Amino acid sequence: MSVEFSNVTKRFGDNTVLDHLDFSVKPGKHVTLIGPSGSGKTTILRMLMTLTEPDEGTITVDGERLFPASERQVRAVRRKIGMVFQQFNLFPNMSVLRNIAEAPVTVLGLSKDEAEARARELLELVGLADKCDARPSRLSGGQQQRVAIARALAMRPQVLLLDEVTSALDPELVAGVLDLLRDIARSTDITMLCVTHEMNFARDISDQVLMFDAGRIVESGSPEKIFNDPEQERTREFLGAVL
Amino acid sequence: MNWDWDAVRDFMPLFLDGLAVTLQALALGSLISFTLGLVWALLMRTPTRWVRWPVGIVTEFVRDTPLLVQLFFLFYVLPEWGLTLSAMATGVVAIGLHYSTYTMQVYRAGIEAVPAGQWEAATALNLPRARTWRAVILPQAVRRVVPALGNYVIAMLKDTPMLMAITVLEMLGRARLFSQQHFQFTEPLTVIGVAFVVISSLASLLLRTLERRLVR
Repeated sequence: MSVEFSNVTKRFGDNTVLDHLDFSVKPGKHVTLIGPSGSGKTTILRMLMTLTEPDEGTITVDGERLFPASERQVRAVRRKIGMVFQQFNLFPNMSVLRNIAEAPVTVLGLSKDEAEARARELLELVGLADKCDARPSRLSGGQQQRVAIARALAMRPQVLLLDEVTSALDPELVAGVLDLLRDIARSTDITMLCVTHEMNFARDISDQVLMFDAGRIVESGSPEKIFNDPEQERTREFLGAVL
Repeated sequence: MNWDWDAVRDFMPLFLDGLAVTLQALALGSLISFTLGLVWALLMRTPTRWVRWPVGIVTEFVRDTPLLVQLFFLFYVLPEWGLTLSAMATGVVAIGLHYSTYTMQVYRAGIEAVPAGQWEAATALNLPRARTWRAVILPQAVRRVVPALGNYVIAMLKDTPMLMAITVLEMLGRARLFSQQHFQFTEPLTVIGVAFVVISSLASLLLRTLERRLVR
């Protein structure tokens, strides 16, 4: 499924977080967005998930325009997109299993048994088969994030948005989550848009890396090019600071 | 001052009648105020101001006028408009309505305290709005507000003697009746004082248990 941003601008007050942005993602590609904090990377994911609207420009998903769009259109687009958040955002009032099975039942119309069977399979995949009945608050941050990934995958999205998914984790829990995402990137044909500060991870999974600064794309290219031989001074500076 | 156990015994039948009325008024008043307060809180979140404005004005008006005035109004004015309720029903409606304007604020705070990330996760999963409210937001909001609602149960309990004003005789009303007939004040008033403490404590205990259940 393809995603296209054309001339997109987003401001918060006087602060322009995205400045006439153009870019597109081809189906099945893994694109990583890097750059300093506040450079608008997360805003891009949030706009795709319809959590915030652009001030100018158009965003299309599979040729369908997102803003403005009817409620039905928006729902149809959302159905193809899954998102994993920095703070996990699991539902604390539900068991792990129900966190995953809730939307497949109420949105996709699966039976409770089907949805729970699918949820159990996914928990197996993320290595938490024994945590079905636990409340999210009983899990470590890394485990919660793996549940959140399972929850997003349960909707069988064609695009997966990963918003700094390891930033809130204790350092020793980061590897487990990243390994899981590497597996998913390798073994599925899901389109991925990923905002991360984990450069090794970005190098491993990406087909394309976009370097952002001050609401613009400074440079884009293959991970080999961006990490080994960046053209722009700003990219070198940023990578020098984080690597 | 002499304490007369016989007076206590003689007061018992009247007291039990009064207790039944108090508990009934408290239970129904709580039920109405908890339900109606939630309805107000949800209506105040609808996008159309043609809903929010009238709800805001009515609830503000009810909150800013004394319960006693509302009791009299419902008791004496409603029948003139052709709506006649029993005194007890009138009292319960007045208490429930009055306190719903407080519980509404409690619910509002509880709803606002649910992190934005919960709404965002629900959106990302494409959950319908009604389902988001029912399965995600309200369970979390209600859990947060149980202690605050508990305070209003106790406040409501202590307002039930006002029902006397519209001829409903709850505990204090019966104590007063007994005192006037027997010229004994100490015993009946002490008995109902203790009863108020016991009911408050039991209500608190009940709500704390509920809170623990919900928090888990």
